[in-house]
Amino acid sequence: MFRRIFAAFAIIIATALAGPAHAQVRVSVDEGHLNPMPIAVVDFMGANPAAQQVGRDVAGVIRANLDRSALFRPIASSAFIERIQALEVPPRFADWKIIDAQGLVVGQVTPLSDGRIRIDFRLYDVFAEQQMTGFTYTTTPDNWRRIAHRISDQIYEQLTGERGYFDTRIVFVSESGPRTRRIKRLMIMDQDGANPFFLTSADAMVLTPRFSPSTQMITYMSFETGAPRVFLYNLENNRREVLGDFPGMTFSPRFSPNGQGVVLTLDMNGNSEIYTMDLGSRARRRLTNNAAIDTSPSYSPDGSQIVFNSDRGGSPQLYVMNSDGSGQRRVSFGSGRYSTPVWSPRGDLIAFTREGGGRFAIGVMRPDGSGERILTESYLDEAPTWSPNGRVIMFFREGRGGGARLWSVDLTGRNLREIPTQTDASDPAWSPLLP
Amino acid sequence: MRNTVIALAAVAALAACASRPEPTPTPTPTTTTPPVSQPSGPTAGSAEDFRVSVGDRVFFGYDRFDLTPEARSLLERQAAWLGRYPNVRVLVAGNADERGTREYNLSLGARRAAAAKDYLVSLGVAANRLETVSYGKERPLDARSNEEAWSVNRNAHTQIVSGAVS
Repeated sequence: MFRRIFAAFAIIIATALAGPAHAQVRVSVDEGHLNPMPIAVVDFMGANPAAQQVGRDVAGVIRANLDRSALFRPIASSAFIERIQALEVPPRFADWKIIDAQGLVVGQVTPLSDGRIRIDFRLYDVFAEQQMTGFTYTTTPDNWRRIAHRISDQIYEQLTGERGYFDTRIVFVSESGPRTRRIKRLMIMDQDGANPFFLTSADAMVLTPRFSPSTQMITYMSFETGAPRVFLYNLENNRREVLGDFPGMTFSPRFSPNGQGVVLTLDMNGNSEIYTMDLGSRARRRLTNNAAIDTSPSYSPDGSQIVFNSDRGGSPQLYVMNSDGSGQRRVSFGSGRYSTPVWSPRGDLIAFTREGGGRFAIGVMRPDGSGERILTESYLDEAPTWSPNGRVIMFFREGRGGGARLWSVDLTGRNLREIPTQTDASDPAWSPLLP
Repeated sequence: MRNTVIALAAVAALAACASRPEPTPTPTPTTTTPPVSQPSGPTAGSAEDFRVSVGDRVFFGYDRFDLTPEARSLLERQAAWLGRYPNVRVLVAGNADERGTREYNLSLGARRAAAAKDYLVSLGVAANRLETVSYGKERPLDARSNEEAWSVNRNAHTQIVSGAVS
């Protein structure tokens, strides 16, 4: 299972067909939702029926990714005039202008003699009548979805100027059973909900998984040994271990940006403090020291600072400190109770959960606490996690009486969507772009 | 076993009645209803005894971990019971209602468990007989989302781990 997901593509070759640098078509990540770019994604061609099926599937995944981003509006295939016959022949741009396509994606799937497949694609700027980019991927046939995500990322990058986030995965908590005896298991899936599978059994309740920067390790909290303990899960060999020999409960873990350490909460006799643990030496270091609750730490992407949750001022609020524990200062001053801070991968914002008036909201603020914006609100919205490009936030939403589900919302506060999962789901964590 | 004891006691009581001089001339055994055994309650020193006769949960206010007078009174009864059964070891689990984020509520539950434990220790229960854990908002007693449910879901739950009479 692991090999299929992670070790699958052998070669990625950029073709020598990259287009001129003065292509004009562009969509704004900030404004694009207001006027999504019409784009035509043609079913990829194939030399035989099996390849044609892969070609249709790849194009379908690309269209779904672009559509879900809300920055693009894939045009229905039924509107297409030109029937693309060969990759080498330039498209008749006039036929695509008529249907208002600004971008055009074509490709083909070629079976190779060693059993693998080659997938080629081209992205055209219809109005400039130019190719913007083109790539060739060689992979095993079962890996076509990842290629479709990679192509989607290429299109997103070419047309928005920002990194994509489609070739990523979500680790989360799958929930089942009655609320008073809830079963919570670790599950992992592709960013679009495909390829879900369990990582842990129903024997122990797990909470709050988070990816390492390498995407190969997950840290999470489990009741497996009785009291809350931070665990590490290695996706390469499917082994898990308790992290450290702490004299109390440990929870709320997150990796440091270089992946060499974990920051977490250690609770001893009702006093929660934030510690770091070096994964090599297993040396631990205490960063906070007072009688209040200090929990939910999250590093800035450069590793120099940590945002965390503390009630030292009388109610849960957000604080920032240097990563050695010095310079602790409060940054949230709005009305309500603030918790679950998560630093954006771009470093410019902190996402949080805000509680007030019997409702829970997901919002963002600058690291100094200014510019607070609420993106979404309900009876219970909790636990934001960032797409690796810092443009989309996933979280979980629960109604009265339970029934948590995963949702995503753009940084603009628009494009609120439920993420399809087979079971109830909570505590999502978005991976970095896969290697 | 317990039922046998009760039955024997009932027979003895009947015998006592029968031996007493009774003016009623014609007792009719066929209509005598068998004496209903009084509910004897759980076996003294059992986990059920602790749960039913003493009470195993103390409750807290919203985002609070200070002990109310009712909570202190119940913990005092728990301490007295634990004093009578010195082999019993307990786990004090702290719980929170759903109105709070997951990680914060793990800390809040830990505070509640510690508050209950500390009071039991101050009343003379040896600290090494008490473990604590926090379940945060993960193990609600009442699945609903209303004030009544929240008020019971904010608790410290003293559970017997070992040493009780079975």
